[in-house]
Amino acid sequence: MVYVTSVPRVSAVGIEETSELSPSARLEAYRWMVTARVADERCLSLQRQGRIGFYAPLAGQEAAQVGATLALRPEDWVFPAYRELAVALVRGVPLSEIFDQLVGNSRDQIKGRQMPNHFGFRAQNFVVASSPIGTQITHAVGSAMAAQRRHDPIVTIAFFGDGATSSNDFHAGLNFAGVFRTPTIFFCQNNQWAISLPRERQTHSATLAEKAKAYGFPGFVVDGNDLAAVYRTVGEARRRALTGEGPTLIEAQVYRLGPHSTSDDPHRYRSDAEVAEARLRDPLHRLKTELLATGQLDETGDQKLWESIRAGVARAIEESEQVPPLDPHTVFDDVFAVPISRLEEERADYDSLVRNGGSKP
Amino acid sequence: MTEMTLVQAVNRGLAEAMRQDPDVLILGEDVGVNGGVFRATEGLFKEFGADRVIDTPLSETGIVGAAIGMALYGLKPIAEIQFLDFIYPAFDQIVSELAKFRYRSGGQYPCHVVIRAPYGGGVKGGLYHSQSTEAYFAHTAGLKVAIPSTPADAKGLLLTAVHDADPVMFLEPKRIYRSVTGEVPEGDYRVPFGEVRVVREGTDVSLFAYGAMIPSSVEAADTLAKEGISAEVIDLRTLVPLDERAVVASVEKTGRAVIVHEAARFCGFGAEMAAILAERAFYSLKAPVARVTGFDTPFPYALENVYLPGTDRIVHAARATVRST
Repeated sequence: MVYVTSVPRVSAVGIEETSELSPSARLEAYRWMVTARVADERCLSLQRQGRIGFYAPLAGQEAAQVGATLALRPEDWVFPAYRELAVALVRGVPLSEIFDQLVGNSRDQIKGRQMPNHFGFRAQNFVVASSPIGTQITHAVGSAMAAQRRHDPIVTIAFFGDGATSSNDFHAGLNFAGVFRTPTIFFCQNNQWAISLPRERQTHSATLAEKAKAYGFPGFVVDGNDLAAVYRTVGEARRRALTGEGPTLIEAQVYRLGPHSTSDDPHRYRSDAEVAEARLRDPLHRLKTELLATGQLDETGDQKLWESIRAGVARAIEESEQVPPLDPHTVFDDVFAVPISRLEEERADYDSLVRNGGSKP
Repeated sequence: MTEMTLVQAVNRGLAEAMRQDPDVLILGEDVGVNGGVFRATEGLFKEFGADRVIDTPLSETGIVGAAIGMALYGLKPIAEIQFLDFIYPAFDQIVSELAKFRYRSGGQYPCHVVIRAPYGGGVKGGLYHSQSTEAYFAHTAGLKVAIPSTPADAKGLLLTAVHDADPVMFLEPKRIYRSVTGEVPEGDYRVPFGEVRVVREGTDVSLFAYGAMIPSSVEAADTLAKEGISAEVIDLRTLVPLDERAVVASVEKTGRAVIVHEAARFCGFGAEMAAILAERAFYSLKAPVARVTGFDTPFPYALENVYLPGTDRIVHAARATVRST
């Protein structure tokens, strides 16, 4: 269900005008969500085996990510945080390209420059992520200002978590967006935990969405486990952006079922009972139940779906692991468009060191 | 050619860049209707309109973050930070985002933003309108750092910055915004990055400086000349890329080096210069490298003339360097 926070102007917004997810799109969404869940499980295990260096799981956030991304168009610009694997999938990034980044091989589009999960795919308008929290929020606003200037009918969307709502760039970004009425969607996945800090310690506000009121535009709270509701809400925000009504903040309430990352042990700060309770609202179960009820899926079909996705994910991982490693000399590339002389000298020094056996290539 | 002040040359450079390319725009605090607190953007709002000379809310992280977003999308934003002293709310955006976008995306997302900021002391600006913290930016891989010292260079380096493909920190010596005037060519011309300007040739000692320390260094060279000491004055113009070859060549000729900057000494840009000379010109040096810099204190208000390197300190250091051998 979707409800609107107590922002007076919001009552004028007609959520019901926007289109619903078609039955076939729901099935497609389920496929993406299962793919993300399988990738998640495999990546946690790959990290434990030392085959990838790090991973930030998204389990529990699949409906929010898939629903939001399905409501976008390819020409829209996505500014992700580092937990947006399902967003990348729905944008059309092949699994193999995601695994190339997680492994950091010579086919990795970002050339092994960043930790796993911090990928970027220009062809899918999926801007490269970084680790500082919230910094992409102002970028999404700036790109939206540029699109306004060029009269491009697109929106930009920033993905971030509950923790990011305390960041400088959340405030600066939403403030700029309000002032310049930018076509921006601020999509907050409130997964209740910023590493060890619970949502109620992040802010004393009753909701995160209501913060939009201070910036002069509406905020919505949406059940992030409800795929259709997320799709509808983002679709409405997109419509608002394109018709000049300005930005929208959406708080998708979800639960981070796994650890913050492979470096985190959530047992230190939350109870198993709390997680077990959240698992009852697992977005995958919820959508599966709906698909079973409408007859779009049966148990056998579901089993086959999981099996075929597991096989596809395993193949993609194997393939990425076969790709040769990066050429060490690429470490000097892409600092500038044209290397400055100091970098050329450092590259030459490194070359001669390698040639003389002073460093292993 | 027209005679003008350094800040007028900045203004002419901005206007030229905006006339050439509709993707060039300016954003910052008080840059529009007001024309900038130093008048660097005067008249631009009227000529190019509110869409291209954008008055922003008072948020440096917002200004730089939005500029980054614009640049990713393909525009060529020039962000003005009112004083370099106020840039720190945007430090994360500059160091973690702007400087790293090209690298961290494997070349997929170049991010060309020019950040203009007046820097330096001598205007009775106290702690927070006076600092020279160029070393922070020179230290960060992925940023270029340009600092003009003449009106002609201000316009020519700015046009190079706007046409560069990478982020540029364009630091303007506000102390000489109006006190220095000079002939400035009309239209488009570019002063290349990574090429020093030999302000004055000399044979006994090399004075390396930039920005507002250039006039002081030239004055010092005049005084030294009267004592029979021939000082070469080199304007570095860009700290990144640095014209290391010219720096080394000058010291190979003179055998002595004095590095002058307003910034504090410890880990200041002079430390890098001294290291380069130790690495590459050691056998040409006839005397230890000297540094004439601000003190390792915060920038004082009432005693700013004590803090700032003056002609006397430069002369003293150069003289000692020459007489020690």
